[in-house]
Amino acid sequence: MEHHLVLRVVSKLIIPPILLFGLYVQFHGDHGAGGGFQAGVIIAVAFILYGLVFGIPRLLRVLPWRFIRASMAAGVLLYAGTGAASMLMGADYLDYAPFGATPVEGQHLGILLVELGVGITVASVMLAIFIAFAARLPSQIKDEEW
Amino acid sequence: MIMTLIDLALILALLATAVMMIRLRNLFAMVMLAGVFSLLSASLFVALDAVDVAFTEAAVGGGISTVLMLGALALTARHEAPIRRNQLVPLGVTIATGAALLYGTADLPLFGDPAAPVHTHVAPYYLATAPKEIGIDNFVTAILASYRGFDTLGETMVVFTAGVAVLFLLRSARRSRGEVSGPRDDAPDARSGKV
Repeated sequence: MEHHLVLRVVSKLIIPPILLFGLYVQFHGDHGAGGGFQAGVIIAVAFILYGLVFGIPRLLRVLPWRFIRASMAAGVLLYAGTGAASMLMGADYLDYAPFGATPVEGQHLGILLVELGVGITVASVMLAIFIAFAARLPSQIKDEEW
Repeated sequence: MIMTLIDLALILALLATAVMMIRLRNLFAMVMLAGVFSLLSASLFVALDAVDVAFTEAAVGGGISTVLMLGALALTARHEAPIRRNQLVPLGVTIATGAALLYGTADLPLFGDPAAPVHTHVAPYYLATAPKEIGIDNFVTAILASYRGFDTLGETMVVFTAGVAVLFLLRSARRSRGEVSGPRDDAPDARSGKV
């Protein structure tokens, strides 16, 4: 779709707000609607839009395949690691109380970490599935085919 | 009154979308209508005060699924093949299933019924203790990430496993056909796929 000037300009305009909104949903999930899952999807959407308009090779120059694949596991490891850390600090698995000076502070930090883990895994899995599909397509689909 | 009208309008729009999806043969239009369907159900979830669910439905059902379906569609035909078989048996199965579901809903508690099992089990405990124990404003997040942390860990694992499975399937299919255009581990720049 690289010849679509309008698409290119508009997507360049809206990708930064999408990313910002994704981060807002990620880190404001404690106080409003949303959380790691929704934020991960929104952040993946920003990159998918970039890949749709500018092509998968350019997307993979922004986010190398190796990085996407590693992030898929890194999110789960961050989540499970938070649980392991709480066990090492003497509490039950995934009991965040020991992370802070008070149990409530610990809960805040623990929730932030596990939501971040969810967000990282969801974003990279969505992106990986999209790329796996898109990379099988013929290099250019004609507009008339739709 | 106004909420009833909004609910009614949304449900009627959902029905119309579903009927159009059944009648259409153009798969591209169908994928788009599926996105519309998701967005309408997300609005319905907002009307039912389930904003977190609505958010997920709008982002996943209306956004990602549509893109992935389009990606799959680009690899296959654009039109559904006409059906020539006898459709009486599928019709009977559908009507029977629909009747069973309608019969089942008769036993469900009314929406917002304070005596419903879902409101008398652990929900009062969470509502009473979450402000003291967790101290965050969104109860959904408090329950998902802390009280039900194990479940959410399992869900994250499911997403991860699904991603791994899709990558295995799509990559092995490409290998057996001897193509090299997709993402590969050893040559990250040897790609030409473009949408």
